Amino acid sequence: MADFFNNQIQGTLDWLGFSLSPAWYDWIGPLTAALIACALLLNVVAVGALAFIWLERKVSGRIQDRLGPTRVGGKFGWLQTLADGMKLITKEDLTPAAADHFLFKLAPYVSFAASFSGYLALPFAVGWVGQELNISVFFIIAIVGLEVFGVILAGYASGSKWSLFGGMREAAQVVSYEVPMGLCVLVPVVICGTMNLTAIGEMQRGLFTNWLVFHDPFSFCVFWVYFTCATASVNRAPFDLAEAESELVAGFHTEYSGLRWSFFFMAEYGSMFLVSALAAILFFGGWNGPIPVFGPEALNWVYSQSDLVTGAFRITGYIANLAGCTNLILKACVGVTVMMWVRWTLPRLRIDQVMATCLKYCVPLGAVCFVGVVVWQLADLPSPNDLAPPVHRGAVRENWVLKAATPPGLVPPKVDAPDAAPKAEVTQASVLSGRDL
Amino acid sequence: MILQAAINWQSFYFLLFAFVACGFALAVVFSNNIVHMAFFLTLSLGAIAGLFFLAGAEFVGAMQFMIYVGGTLVLLIFGVMLTAQSKFVSMKTAAGEWVLGAILGGALFVLLIRAGFAVPEWNTPRSDAASLVAADAQHATAIGGAVTGYRVDRLSEENPVLRNGMSGYLLPFEIVSIHLLVVLIGASYLARTKKRVKVAV
Amino acid sequence: MNLITEPISVSHYLAVGALLFVTGVVCMATKRNAIGVLMGVELVLNGANLNFVAFGSELLRATNLGLDGQLMAMFVIVLAAAEAAVALAIALNFYNNHSTIDVDRADDLRG
Repeated sequence: MADFFNNQIQGTLDWLGFSLSPAWYDWIGPLTAALIACALLLNVVAVGALAFIWLERKVSGRIQDRLGPTRVGGKFGWLQTLADGMKLITKEDLTPAAADHFLFKLAPYVSFAASFSGYLALPFAVGWVGQELNISVFFIIAIVGLEVFGVILAGYASGSKWSLFGGMREAAQVVSYEVPMGLCVLVPVVICGTMNLTAIGEMQRGLFTNWLVFHDPFSFCVFWVYFTCATASVNRAPFDLAEAESELVAGFHTEYSGLRWSFFFMAEYGSMFLVSALAAILFFGGWNGPIPVFGPEALNWVYSQSDLVTGAFRITGYIANLAGCTNLILKACVGVTVMMWVRWTLPRLRIDQVMATCLKYCVPLGAVCFVGVVVWQLADLPSPNDLAPPVHRGAVRENWVLKAATPPGLVPPKVDAPDAAPKAEVTQASVLSGRDL
Repeated sequence: MILQAAINWQSFYFLLFAFVACGFALAVVFSNNIVHMAFFLTLSLGAIAGLFFLAGAEFVGAMQFMIYVGGTLVLLIFGVMLTAQSKFVSMKTAAGEWVLGAILGGALFVLLIRAGFAVPEWNTPRSDAASLVAADAQHATAIGGAVTGYRVDRLSEENPVLRNGMSGYLLPFEIVSIHLLVVLIGASYLARTKKRVKVAV
Repeated sequence: MNLITEPISVSHYLAVGALLFVTGVVCMATKRNAIGVLMGVELVLNGANLNFVAFGSELLRATNLGLDGQLMAMFVIVLAAAEAAVALAIALNFYNNHSTIDVDRADDLRG
């Protein structure tokens, strides 16, 4: 995109008759491209928060046998969040006298920054990613673990013991649940042999039987463990003692009001969407979803990985990517809705129950399932994934591999079409050895 | 701002991250409030992770975030909270100690800077950095591959095509894993709540 | 300065690493809070890590340590985490026994 902008500027200047060395405007291209990407991602978080707050109120209302907001903006209360936002902006900005002013003001932004930074590595479709990192799974898990800082700072800086307790409890909870979450996230990495989310998504192309959640019973189980750990990681009920409304007033954000409070909640909804989208890509095929985004290779309908290398643009590819992006957002929204559903159905767990669930249930279950998946791979047991694969899983490579295999100026190699040869064994060793080009 | 040459974005981001890292590190030294120090250290370590990403070491950068910032610093902050009674939150250092520290630090800094710029090979950067097409994330994949199980008995592979990308880093990871396990068991034993024995009168 | 237009070399990374190292040493030398001293140790280790990564970076030098530089950095990160855990346990024990976290008060063994 950066080159596109630079070329446009050059074209305009040429048309106007000026001749300027590129050094004068070279920096505008990358800057504009970066700003546009940032604005798009910020919109995902902000509009998502808007929609999810409304959804939460409606879902909670229905589960509690009432209607929820019905007045603002029509019969279904569509604009309720807007009204909420306006109320929050106009509230008095209070800082308690005993608070550490600098940290108190900074904590919500730290939380939001951590939540938003995770979107940097999340691909929404093939090639539609803020920055294509080869270690994107690792990066997102690392960033999700950073949100605890905002909470600790808020809890300490508020100067009240309820906030401090809430902050400490949440820190213990988030840090503990990173362990089983890491174990669960490792299972798709083991199956696919890469940490690159774009490649993991591409390996699930085709029919829904290719989704990694159907790979073997252990990975099916791992998805549920991951979802539990993800719910605990973002502090949603039944793991939400940090905000425990009935116990600690409001936990770590007791003293926050107005816009500062809303930053915490944008961070929470942003994280919910992030971990749901991560689950969608890792287990449910990501952008290869209900709306079909695959077709015969001869039609050249969708973007393939070689297009990532050449940067080719086709309107059909763009439409396919748009459908893929819609798929991903749909699946992530389903995940968020399930989290809301669980929140208003299950009672809250005590802190010792939360820790017991993590250390006595999630970690052993995650470890057993991990071993099970590894054994399944090594023994090459049959899997629904082999029913209708459009490409051999080992043939889907990370972006940098295709670039390395392409001498500059030549067309990059296409991803292999399925051949009539006997089904190659998709063992771990073969996937990894396929990496050696 | 009128520039005669194009902004080198790598230099720009390097300077940005370097100033943030060094600035907040200095803030750690000069601040008296222990909680502020912990927060500044977090930001400094985050900027150092950014420097790692800039140098092409993405895996180490993500590790820095996850382990250092998300683990070690949370540990430190827990320690700070547990010992942060009001009289221990701000402890000033005597002026004499500052002078001694400044002399020591200044001398060491001058020495290191002179050593750092003394070797000419380190001074001349790659002028064709833009021509690196495939090297960007290759390191992460190799390390990740060793974690997910490259077989050590294939290290003597002669075929260069198959040899490419193979690495044998499984052992270091095993070493640090066992080390961490042992150390953390020891640390939790050290920090356990001790039963107070009632002394008979 | 020409830094903003010229490419970055290893020496720049070494300079940043040196500043971090020295800052950590001064922090260790001047802080009275035991946890402040620990923070100095973390800064020192990070300065050293930056050096390792700079020497191992393909983007900065043609001949480099390669993955070994990153592996050393990984070692250092993990060992620093372990050492911080043990040091914190010691600091907490000290606090529980003496009701103070001031390292200047740790003079029971003074002759």
